[in-house]
Amino acid sequence: MDSNGFRPEHRFDVELVAVTKRYGGTVAVDGVSLRIPRATYCCLLGPSGCGKTSTLRMIAGHEVISEGDVLIHDVNVTDLPPVQRGTAMMFQSYALFPHLNCLDNVAFSLKARGVPKPERHRRARDYLARVHLQDYAERLPGQLSGGQQQRVALARALITEPRILLLDEPLSALDPFLRGQVREELKRLQRELGITFIHVTHSQDEAMALADLMVIMEAGRIRQAGPPREIFERPADAFVARFIGGHNILRDGAGTIAVRADRCRLGIPEAGPHIRGRVAAVEYQGSSVRVALAVDGGPPLSVVMPDDRFFAGPVQPGEEAALTWSTRDAHALPDPA
Amino acid sequence: MIGGGARSRDPREKRPWTFYALATLMGVFLLFLYGPMFVIYLLSFQGPNGGVTFPMVGVSTVWFEDILKPGQMANIPVAFGRSILLAAIVSTITVLVSVAAGLGFRRRFRGSGILFYLAVASLVMPSLLVGFGIGLGFQLFGWKADLFSSALAAQLTWTLPFGLFAMFAVFNRFNRAYEEAATDLGANAWQRLRWVTLPILLPGILGVAMGAFTLSYDEYARTTLVAGNRNTLPLEIYALISSSTSPTLFAIGTLTTTVSFLVIGATLAFVFRLQRRRALARHG
Repeated sequence: MDSNGFRPEHRFDVELVAVTKRYGGTVAVDGVSLRIPRATYCCLLGPSGCGKTSTLRMIAGHEVISEGDVLIHDVNVTDLPPVQRGTAMMFQSYALFPHLNCLDNVAFSLKARGVPKPERHRRARDYLARVHLQDYAERLPGQLSGGQQQRVALARALITEPRILLLDEPLSALDPFLRGQVREELKRLQRELGITFIHVTHSQDEAMALADLMVIMEAGRIRQAGPPREIFERPADAFVARFIGGHNILRDGAGTIAVRADRCRLGIPEAGPHIRGRVAAVEYQGSSVRVALAVDGGPPLSVVMPDDRFFAGPVQPGEEAALTWSTRDAHALPDPA
Repeated sequence: MIGGGARSRDPREKRPWTFYALATLMGVFLLFLYGPMFVIYLLSFQGPNGGVTFPMVGVSTVWFEDILKPGQMANIPVAFGRSILLAAIVSTITVLVSVAAGLGFRRRFRGSGILFYLAVASLVMPSLLVGFGIGLGFQLFGWKADLFSSALAAQLTWTLPFGLFAMFAVFNRFNRAYEEAATDLGANAWQRLRWVTLPILLPGILGVAMGAFTLSYDEYARTTLVAGNRNTLPLEIYALISSSTSPTLFAIGTLTTTVSFLVIGATLAFVFRLQRRRALARHG
């Protein structure tokens, strides 16, 4: 055991055991269990109101856990305050203190621990330099751009040397261009620090790009957890397939199946499985083209194909078309109960 | 702080006739509001031989000098000092209580609704009766009515609910994520209050202090029956109005208004400086 009582040899960085959160009569998180291996980039993904933020806040200790346990580095932290959990949280709107300059924002946790001013300022400068903001130490948060504020928030969280970094929609306030850039930085940082990041998002792209472990939640429960590739190739159910996108949910003789939109084709139905419809829209996406197909009595379908294949035999909205797929691309889904 | 939805009018955008109608109404209202005061400021510079009405017979500062001369006006400077002191005490107590109450009321607790309505009810009580009741109470217990006991209490019945209301508005705009961030970073409750909550709320708190100060400074109805034998400035002025008529009264009015404006102006300047420094706008 080290001085904090945390065992150096632990199996999981974070473990949730049947964690439940109730607000009055409503259940926000319903018996969620999850094991996050060491040094994992974990993304909690789901539509709004699915319980992902409540889960994150329970791990952080900002929300009382109604039932169940949270373990960090194999130690039960369910009843510990945030500071004793070894977590640091980056808030959605960053929550930088508006009356303190960047240096004092970053140094805040050291000040709370009674570190003398020269020492805490020296260390805060180090962390500001890590996020390339050493020249902005004297600025107030209001004088920084969104991206800069995000980096100050990151430095302020990291200076606590957390075991787990919790990020609540960290990229949602940034413009799309910056988002991609910061995404890369977050991933690089996580690898360098070798700690677990838990990142809440509602963007599939973000989760796919970042996660080692992607956790898809809906209505307070985990629908599927696994590496992004596994989830994309073998969605557990129709909800997951629909939510991560890029799939057509179809029926064949045996039951419900999911087929990736980029494995479907437009063409003349031969002996193979197919479904007839009408072209509803054509979206040019640069390297690929997406054709939306309206089908009688069913949800709209789509076919994504490389641009050269599309332009070899283009179709127009309104034309009759058939969507075909190969049985080996069909992924069987459990029938909705 | 800078309204995100505000946009300036395109010069080619036509204004409807209602704009001019309402602008005229507003103009008349402003004239009604400030006209009488302006007349008083003007008449306080009446010449030595002039009276309390127009025309002005020359211009002088005789009436201002009159205030400081020993004689009928002897009590004015003393009463002024007392008023300032009382207002400062009222303001301090109001801030302490309403900030604490504001913090407490952020959570619903048993009886919070009833407590809130009880506090607010004293705003709508007839003010003279509140003073009368307090005076009666003091007499009942055989206590001596005094500026810094009974009058102070009477004024607090007015400024405390006001301060509570104002603090609700202040806390309404306060983002609790700041406090959570402080907790997350290891601050204890006291550090969080001192280093995060209070500094961020400071402009609002200063507003409450200012409001309570001015409410006390010109309070008359509640104070008049319970002030004891030492008068506040408004009581003193009222006594003068009924006994004498000279432009000195106007000079007192001008002077006290100037003091009010100086205090308010200094506070506003301080708050504006704070806010500009912070540039609270999230999008920098």
